[in-house]
Amino acid sequence: MSIAMPAPDQATLAKRDRIIAAMRAIVPGEGVIVDEAALRPWESDGLTAYRQPPMLVVLPETVEQVSAVLRWCHGEGVRVVPRGSGTSLSGGALPLADAVLLGMGKFKRVLDIDYEDRVAVVQPGVTNLAITQAVEGRGLYYAPDPSSQIACSIGGNVAENSGGVHCLKYGLTTNNVLGVELVLMDGEIVRLGGRHLDPGGLDLLGVIVGSEGLLGVVTEVTVRILPKPETARAVLVGFPDAEQAGACVAQVIAEGIIPAGMEMMDQPAIHAAEAFVKVGYPLDVGALLIVEVDGPAAECDHLIEEIARIAGTNGAVTTRVSQDEAERVAFWAGRKAAFPAVGRISPDYYCMDGTIPRRRLPEVLRRMEELSQKYGLGVANVFHAGDGNLHPLILYDANVPGELDRAEEFGNDILRLCVEVGGVLTGEHGVGIEKRDLMPEMFTEADLKQQQRVKCAFDPALLLNPGKVFPTLHRCAELGRMHVHHGALPHPELPRF
Amino acid sequence: MLEPRDAQDLRQIVADAASQGRKLELRGGGTRAGFGAPREVEVVSLRQIAGVVDYDPAELVLTVRPGTPLADVQALVAGQGQMLAFEPWGDADATIGGTVAASVAGSRRVTAGSARDHLLGLTAISGRGESFVAGAKVVKNVTGYDLPKLMAGSWGRLGAMIELTLKVLPRPRVTATMLATGLPPRAAHAAMACALGSNAEVSAAAHLSTGETLLRVAGFAPSVEARCMALPALMAGHCPLQRLTEEEAAPLWQRAMTGAELQGSVRWKVHLPPARAPELLERLAPLGAGWAMDWGGGLVWVTLDDPGTQVRDAAAALGGEATLIAAPQDMRATVPALQPRAAGVMALEQRVRRAFDPAGVFATGRFMEDADADQLSA
Repeated sequence: MSIAMPAPDQATLAKRDRIIAAMRAIVPGEGVIVDEAALRPWESDGLTAYRQPPMLVVLPETVEQVSAVLRWCHGEGVRVVPRGSGTSLSGGALPLADAVLLGMGKFKRVLDIDYEDRVAVVQPGVTNLAITQAVEGRGLYYAPDPSSQIACSIGGNVAENSGGVHCLKYGLTTNNVLGVELVLMDGEIVRLGGRHLDPGGLDLLGVIVGSEGLLGVVTEVTVRILPKPETARAVLVGFPDAEQAGACVAQVIAEGIIPAGMEMMDQPAIHAAEAFVKVGYPLDVGALLIVEVDGPAAECDHLIEEIARIAGTNGAVTTRVSQDEAERVAFWAGRKAAFPAVGRISPDYYCMDGTIPRRRLPEVLRRMEELSQKYGLGVANVFHAGDGNLHPLILYDANVPGELDRAEEFGNDILRLCVEVGGVLTGEHGVGIEKRDLMPEMFTEADLKQQQRVKCAFDPALLLNPGKVFPTLHRCAELGRMHVHHGALPHPELPRF
Repeated sequence: MLEPRDAQDLRQIVADAASQGRKLELRGGGTRAGFGAPREVEVVSLRQIAGVVDYDPAELVLTVRPGTPLADVQALVAGQGQMLAFEPWGDADATIGGTVAASVAGSRRVTAGSARDHLLGLTAISGRGESFVAGAKVVKNVTGYDLPKLMAGSWGRLGAMIELTLKVLPRPRVTATMLATGLPPRAAHAAMACALGSNAEVSAAAHLSTGETLLRVAGFAPSVEARCMALPALMAGHCPLQRLTEEEAAPLWQRAMTGAELQGSVRWKVHLPPARAPELLERLAPLGAGWAMDWGGGLVWVTLDDPGTQVRDAAAALGGEATLIAAPQDMRATVPALQPRAAGVMALEQRVRRAFDPAGVFATGRFMEDADADQLSA
């Protein structure tokens, strides 16, 4: 609980009644929530260690209402925190005591599906999985598949640039979104992109995706939908240790294969998952790989053979190829249940999300084990092996005084380690509040200021989702200043042509 | 023309220009120098800031300096059985920095993404003369704003990239092309939509005004063979298909991807929802336009001898946009290169440009969108 949020603005708190009245004038009926008990369910997102009831919740139903809410709050200097389904694992939707929590859950309609050009236009509150469900009757699907896909909203996916187990082959949200309608903090409604590829002008859509709700509120999303692969097959491979599993992953890619999914679990994760779902994972291996290929049957058959061969040359001790769809699903059941499975062996766990260059994996796992001993906390690892995205699960008990703080410190050390070996703080969960104060590990002050100047172009009063992503809030006027260089001659020494 | 030898030279040049209120145009190989409005401005060539910084095939990551020739980069990754999946193309002088800054992508773009989708990270010098890093050197990262997306396709209007980290992918072992002939545009679009929407995993689809419709199938040999066998049945309602050799197919793809063989003094590149491409051609046919379709219809090259803006108007009416790629000087002096966006978006873009370049060092007038830039003080 070491992360501080911006101090509540007393003047805002003092005018809460007036804010409520203004919001009710914009969003009639039950769309404005103000009672203390009714605010309680909104106090946290997927990062449940942090809780803060919002000043009030507003649930608009139209883009005009979103615009009016933001315009009014902008005029009055009131902060706003946007929220999709509240599944963020980084605290991106954590409320503030002096802010309006703008819930987009009522934007639930699929607006249009163009089957010929394979595009769907949806409102931001539509869940990730609901997009696939809307089009699967025609053999299509929406590719990014974060593990929270039954609950998480596409608007939240846009904010977080969500990935999933298939993103090495199919990309993150940003690679699958064509356009958005967006409301800026001053209430202005803009449309970025459309239904076509590569619009001219600056790629503002590209910076909106993954901006963690700091630049605008998305009110409509246009995504590409893809033909569902004809078949999918998976192979389950056990290795004595992670080093050999990592070598296998490297060779799969070196031989030109980009699997649809390639997941690794370490021994604690294997045991936890097997105890929970009993799918027949080998328990005597140090690392387990699930490699899935999809596409035409002929391709899957060929690649599965190739992968089994590569696994054999890298010391695999068990290799099981899925013989039917039920077995393929069973292979995944353990992996997909890894988080709740770990939840069974530990009162609480804290999920990390760094990415590393894959070849550094053995070293990172070794040093993580040292950290585990230093902090006296266990760790189980699941790993998107194809793209180097680690999900260490730190085991702790929040009821033991000091353990949460130790778990956070342990987590911070893991992320520092990821950066040290050439990786990043977050591969798919976002910075939010969770990794905010670690940003200087990866970026210099100059790097962060340049990012914040982009924020200033969208929200110069810094009212939208403050306290997230950036460890230091600089006023925009300060960021805009330039140091002027006097008197220097323009490079007489340089060759000119 | 200034030719800084390294990032430090370049940083100083930009900082001086910013403090002295001068303009600079960043240039790679200069192969697209004729793009945009005529302008008199000092050019900074990045060609000497060249070379490979790091290439790690196993990690699918390549870091290069901007002046590295595109052909060298492609040869380097091809040597490891890899590719830049967005299929960039250009003249012999084209550089990797210029290619990314101009967002050049080939036929595979429709399924593999564009330059923006493969630019993982960068180091750049902003219009403030300050060096900054954004993104990272790993394939999966969401830490901080995705500034690489902004820099790709920005035509050097935000800053100078001095290091680019690109995602590389395995090159398909086998590439095959299936050909249909004689389809009119509407039927060709329907055939391409069917192919791209099928699970035969067609990776590119193009149609030429001479009647050829091209479908590309790439991957491992057994898979390519199976898909080429399956496609005729999948396409039975549309057209018969024949398989071309790569020697036969390559020049046809080149025509679709670049539009280079089309005649006409005015050249447009239209991006639009693919289903609207036939209607675009119906509108432009009476004007005697030359054309070629790529990306399943999502990209249409159009050439004319007419300096009017009918192409842009038609593209806008169909939910797309037209970029003026080449035209006589007097036309380029009056018609902006990029299709104007809505006023709110233009204003937002201007604010974002100022976030990188407060003095308007890179606001050269090339895009005719910086009318008020000169009034902005540092």
